[in-house]
Amino acid sequence: MIKIQGVYKSFDELEVLKGVDLDVKKGEVISVIGGSGSGKSTLLYCINGIEKIQQGNIIVDEIDVHAKGTNRDNLRQRLGMVFQQFNSFPHLTVLENASLAPRIVKKLKKKEAIEIAKEELNNVGLSDKFDEYPTRMSGGQQQRLAIARALAMKPEYMLFDEVTSALDPELVGEVLDTLRMLSDAGMTMICVTHEIAFAREVSDKIAFFHQGIIEELGTPEQVISNPQKETTQKFLSKVLH
Amino acid sequence: MGMSLFTPLSWNDSGFILTGVLNTVYISLVAITIGTVLGLAVGFLRAESNRVTNTLLGGVLDILRSVPLIIQLILFSTYIGAMGHPLNPFAAGSIVLSLYTMAFMGEVFRGGFESVPQSMVVAGRSLGMSYWQTVLYIRLPIGMRAVFPSWLGVALSVIKDSALVSVIGYMELLRTSEQLISRTQQPLEILLGVGLFYFIISYPLSLYGKYVERKMAI
Repeated sequence: MIKIQGVYKSFDELEVLKGVDLDVKKGEVISVIGGSGSGKSTLLYCINGIEKIQQGNIIVDEIDVHAKGTNRDNLRQRLGMVFQQFNSFPHLTVLENASLAPRIVKKLKKKEAIEIAKEELNNVGLSDKFDEYPTRMSGGQQQRLAIARALAMKPEYMLFDEVTSALDPELVGEVLDTLRMLSDAGMTMICVTHEIAFAREVSDKIAFFHQGIIEELGTPEQVISNPQKETTQKFLSKVLH
Repeated sequence: MGMSLFTPLSWNDSGFILTGVLNTVYISLVAITIGTVLGLAVGFLRAESNRVTNTLLGGVLDILRSVPLIIQLILFSTYIGAMGHPLNPFAAGSIVLSLYTMAFMGEVFRGGFESVPQSMVVAGRSLGMSYWQTVLYIRLPIGMRAVFPSWLGVALSVIKDSALVSVIGYMELLRTSEQLISRTQQPLEILLGVGLFYFIISYPLSLYGKYVERKMAI
């Protein structure tokens, strides 16, 4: 379980998160929606400790992410993350991309790491690309590689940061299908996304972010079909046309 | 027929010339190796450190890169001799040439480290890699590939610049040929031969560099 309690985060003068509370239970899919600059992505970076927070707590499976003695490198093995930019490692083949972290972080034997990587790559439909270099692949394929690479660490949670935003429209579907498959398999996921229809379909809860706080939180029916706050209504009317 | 003061070039001189060739190769390899290792460290420091360290380090490197190598060689070997620690020409030449190489390699590698997008490093950290693992497995291999052609360019110019170590008495190719010239009075043949030697070493390497550059440009 992830518990986010009263989190404040600022970059120098700019306050990005202004008291965020959110609980994510095992097996839940939570989508975070909201305008750009509202702090959605920053929240993800705070959950896995890549960004520091100024106030509050983030607890992942009883571990206080931002406490002094916390081994965040260890912690991040539980929290897979996929980014807007695919961030494939260009000097490694697809199979090497997915097996590197299991090998050097988890210290698995090379053969074992490769088995796990192959399995995850098969699951995202890249079984014919093992020896390809990522720069020769489409954005959709690279993003599926990024998902498989994160899954190869066998994380408990997956954080998705606008993973379809950098894709050509015709490639969005294949990546969303992969996310759907993951949520069907029971993965706990936090998805920062602009794909409202997708969010409505797969999420257990939707969090609407506005100016650094969660303005509205509830089921898709509550937040998307029947928003209570005016800011939510305004945002949805803009993105749903 | 009276004895001539000069004896013409003959096959007996090949051993002497070979010594010069090997000494040129030897000191070049030493300088390129040490310069690359130190350059990696310096380049990494410059890419990572704050502005103060960077300015200081940059200043030292600027001096090394701006003062002509021949002056550095003479200054260093004279000064170290005057201090009462005379070094043999090979040692003195290796030190100066290595530091000179380091100064150029440092800038090359700094560019390499800085060319790796931060987002790629963050991706590595999010997989649980430590800071040093991202350096070793992500920044180093990606950055070094990007600057390989520049590295090769510096290495090639070091081979050619190594001829200057002759001024402090190191018996590399140029100095052996100067001695042969004063004995044989056949400067044209000898200097053409020396020039050909540098060309034979450098040209294939620079072709290789262009090939690699093309291959990596895909």
